[in-house]
Amino acid sequence: MSKTEFPPSITSRPVYGELEVRPGKHHLMIADAEGAEAILGLASSAPADLWAQTHIIYIPKSTGETYTGDLRALNPAQMYVGPSYEAAKQRIEDTFAKAHMGLQVYLTGTEGLMGQAMAAAIAAGIPHTAIQTEHRGSTARRMQCVHCKGITEDVTTDPFVCSHCGLNLFVRDHYSRRLAAFQGVCIDAEDPGNVPPQVEVFK
Amino acid sequence: MTIQFNDETFRDDFTFRNSPEAIKRFPFPFHEDSYMYSVNLEPHVALKRPGSPFEFAFDVDEHYVSEMADRAKVLADDPLRCQSLPHMTLAGWDLVEYIMEAKARDYPDLFELHKDGDRWRWINKPLGIDDTFTFLDESTLPYGPMEYITRQTQGDFALLDQRDDNLWMDAGMVTTQADWSLDFDIGMNFFEWHAPVPKAHEMGIFVRALKFLLNLQQGAPVRRLNWTMTVNPLLDTSPENYHKWGEMKSKLTMDNIGEKQHLRVELQTLFRLPRSNAICFPIRCYLCSFNDLVSVPKWGRRLHRVIRDLPEELAEYKGFIANRPLMIEWLSQYDDGAPTSDGIFPDE
Repeated sequence: MSKTEFPPSITSRPVYGELEVRPGKHHLMIADAEGAEAILGLASSAPADLWAQTHIIYIPKSTGETYTGDLRALNPAQMYVGPSYEAAKQRIEDTFAKAHMGLQVYLTGTEGLMGQAMAAAIAAGIPHTAIQTEHRGSTARRMQCVHCKGITEDVTTDPFVCSHCGLNLFVRDHYSRRLAAFQGVCIDAEDPGNVPPQVEVFK
Repeated sequence: MTIQFNDETFRDDFTFRNSPEAIKRFPFPFHEDSYMYSVNLEPHVALKRPGSPFEFAFDVDEHYVSEMADRAKVLADDPLRCQSLPHMTLAGWDLVEYIMEAKARDYPDLFELHKDGDRWRWINKPLGIDDTFTFLDESTLPYGPMEYITRQTQGDFALLDQRDDNLWMDAGMVTTQADWSLDFDIGMNFFEWHAPVPKAHEMGIFVRALKFLLNLQQGAPVRRLNWTMTVNPLLDTSPENYHKWGEMKSKLTMDNIGEKQHLRVELQTLFRLPRSNAICFPIRCYLCSFNDLVSVPKWGRRLHRVIRDLPEELAEYKGFIANRPLMIEWLSQYDDGAPTSDGIFPDE
């Protein structure tokens, strides 16, 4: 699968690149779902000793066992497979907190995964020049309800229902790096009950 | 000067009113019969018009006391409307000094500032405040410095940190906003927080404006006017509460539009702060009903022409596209086609 081509977008949305192996003492790779393909893609250009200095944190989501065997076959020094970002959050923050100079960070997969891990890395003082990103897989969005502030993960339709307060929200094309989320705004505020049919806009 | 402060509300029963004097000094934002974006920044210096909202650094008007009461209610309901990232505390103190000195100088009958070294005594007569505190010591104020002084100053405030050749919205007090969320936008740079504005990016507006602002000097503040439309004199047109106030926008008729529809004008000023090198960006909201606007014949004619000819995207972005036909129909009664004079002020 090639890297995702996004349509021209707003200036608050991050631009994602393509992962490449960079010199470093340690390598932390955080991925979800099809992001595994970007990590596996590094193998061809990786020096022989790379994986012995690498910690992989992987959240397969709907891909289940598709990639976990191949990732393990890379023989990383540490490998964690977890059910959700929320579940892996403490481990990720702990890893950033204990990181030393010379760490290279590789984030790949959905925007929600990369955005949250990026925010955690920056908060821990990792220089942004040591962080790479590559989008893979679903373009589903992580949305913050501007009304109740609750986050709804993996939104694929517009409008959608806030998973916290139940309001019908439209997807505003505005992104906060701090929250790692797009903004959801009530769609029927001016005419309550008048909610257009849901359309799948992100896959 | 002595100001008679109104006892009025900006919610529920909406008792807000402009006195005849307030209408005359309203900062009408259109200097000609059409409107398009521009980098319309000019020096924030006093005009030779005593009593205008451009006379002083921070305008205090008849709505002051009631606006501050409304702000306190908004903050009680949602404390996230006031936030300051940890590195912005010094900029907050800069703001305390800037506002206190300006108000004590410009309105000596209302505000007093007495300094004894770092021990400062601040007297705010309209709000009944008499506090003594130690400058730069947070523990001597009841709130953080930015929150303390902006609970006593009309208008929203954003404090912009300057680094990496950009401006970062890293602190703010935002309770009277035209549909943007501080809680969402805090920490963003200049291009990021303007991302949802249509057309202006392609026009190069933000690149030019940022270049100008990065070079803003101490003692040389600038200002511009911006505008939108609000149904009822509602100060808190926040996205947070949009699901509560949005329905009011669909209640306009030919009979009530003159009373309910308000032109919402933002007097935006920008000041360089001395210690932090941050930029203080106050966004002061003035409201005026259509009825009151058309009492000035020049404004009635001009508003009709501006609204009629405004590009579709702007009416959409400013959130009044659905009500525009009704506005044009009502306003056309006040446009006899006569020419209008240049500039924003009423004809004498």
